Amino acid sequence: MSWVLDLALRTVAVLGFLVFTVLFLIWLERKVLGRIQMRMGPMRTAPFGVLQSVADALKLVLKEGLRPDGADRWVYHLGPVVAVLPALMVWVTIPLAGGLVVQDMRLGVFYIVAISGVSVVGMVMAGWSSNNKYALLGAARTAAQMISYELPLVLALLGVVMLAQSLSLGDIVEQQSPWPYLLLQPLSFALFLIAGLAELARNPFDIYHADTEIVGGPFVEYSGIRWAMFFMAEYVNLFAISALAALLFLGGWKGPLLPDVVWLLTKTYAFVLFIIWLRATLPRLRIDQLMALAWRYLVPLAFANILVIAFYLYYQMPGWTLSLASLAMAGIALVPLYRHWSGRAPARTRTADRGGLPKVESRA
Amino acid sequence: MAVWLGFGVLAGATVAGALGTVTSRNVVHAALFLLVTLIAVAGLFLMLFAEFLALVQVLLYGGAIVLVLLFALMLTRIRGTAASLDNPQRPLAIVAALATVGLLLGVVLSTQWPVQQPGGGPVGFPQWGASLFRQWAIPFELASVVLLVALIGAVVISRPGGEE
Repeated sequence: MSWVLDLALRTVAVLGFLVFTVLFLIWLERKVLGRIQMRMGPMRTAPFGVLQSVADALKLVLKEGLRPDGADRWVYHLGPVVAVLPALMVWVTIPLAGGLVVQDMRLGVFYIVAISGVSVVGMVMAGWSSNNKYALLGAARTAAQMISYELPLVLALLGVVMLAQSLSLGDIVEQQSPWPYLLLQPLSFALFLIAGLAELARNPFDIYHADTEIVGGPFVEYSGIRWAMFFMAEYVNLFAISALAALLFLGGWKGPLLPDVVWLLTKTYAFVLFIIWLRATLPRLRIDQLMALAWRYLVPLAFANILVIAFYLYYQMPGWTLSLASLAMAGIALVPLYRHWSGRAPARTRTADRGGLPKVESRA
Repeated sequence: MAVWLGFGVLAGATVAGALGTVTSRNVVHAALFLLVTLIAVAGLFLMLFAEFLALVQVLLYGGAIVLVLLFALMLTRIRGTAASLDNPQRPLAIVAALATVGLLLGVVLSTQWPVQQPGGGPVGFPQWGASLFRQWAIPFELASVVLLVALIGAVVISRPGGEE
């Protein structure tokens, strides 16, 4: 039974680490956002407000969990659980250093992609069951956004998997020992980052929260511990995508002098800070712009990328050719993209045909 | 023992989810019950050491297809769909269901239990890919052509002013 005990201990350790990380991330985000916006951020709870998240968590746990009149009881209560469970399950196979993982899987990358997709169903359940038009709109946007961005994300990961010839995160890190995949595969990295941001619904893709348009999206009606569960899912996912970016493209825990864990956490937090910085900097895209970006640019680009990697592997070309081809493709894609965004592209279709959503009828 | 317990739980969830799907009067509930069934079937695949198949099941059916279903359902008015839950195809559905039961029973009864594993042990991921894209490449491509046709058909039907 010792392996059961071992597994249980590792699971508890990862859960503890995640809870601590989420509290820290929330504090960090508020602090960094505050500084960027020439504010102090949280200051009152302990020096520099470091205990602010703890106080907030306590408040949320003690708060009453409201259920709006006319909400669909079971779906409303299950929504947060379905959203948070996959977010936590993903961490089974994400290593923090060589061997420091609950269970390294042969199909690790695929497992992460598959499980994290289910999380969205929880958010859609929440939005639909709340009996609130803003929540319903948020749910529809969530579904549309996730369907669009799952594909480029998976295809970007496929590029890395093809190069590493393995789906295990441990193997992929080992494969990057001389050069991280960021240098070999800048295009995959860019695709992963854009699609990852959309998966996380962070700026500039925070379309289904969109506080200024639909209040708070699918979570409008939630309060107390259930709302906290959604928040936990969001931040755990943020940390997971950052850790994945570090593991898949920056060589994971490899680095000179410092211990493995320190290297991985440094790289991960670099991405976390980058994402927070984006939130303070970029405006939000419209939903039709988001869909156009995914289907017209990211998906074709990802397919072209896979084709190029296949050629590279089959003819065993030197590494710099792949880097060059990758950069060239990204450059070629930027031209129509720039014309599209800057409004210089010829108006090929009416706005309604540009991937804009059909009108959503409220249930009232 | 643990295997039987796991199988019992998963099989129970599969059947319960399927019953919920067909008996629920609310289409969104039906879609969510369907998700339960699909995930439980993924669990059954996992118990057969077909972890790749299990993950594909979760990714495609659990994530994408149920999501598309929910998305489509949310765009329709939920209250108005209760009347359209039934249609006159019941007899046909019964025939199809009985044919499926017959086929499955036939296979179960004509198999010698316990089954001898042909290869011995779980199939590795590389072998999986090789057999899919070499030995079974043509059926695989045919399936994608069918999907492509369906996709184009959907686009043609949904185009404004496309119908005669």
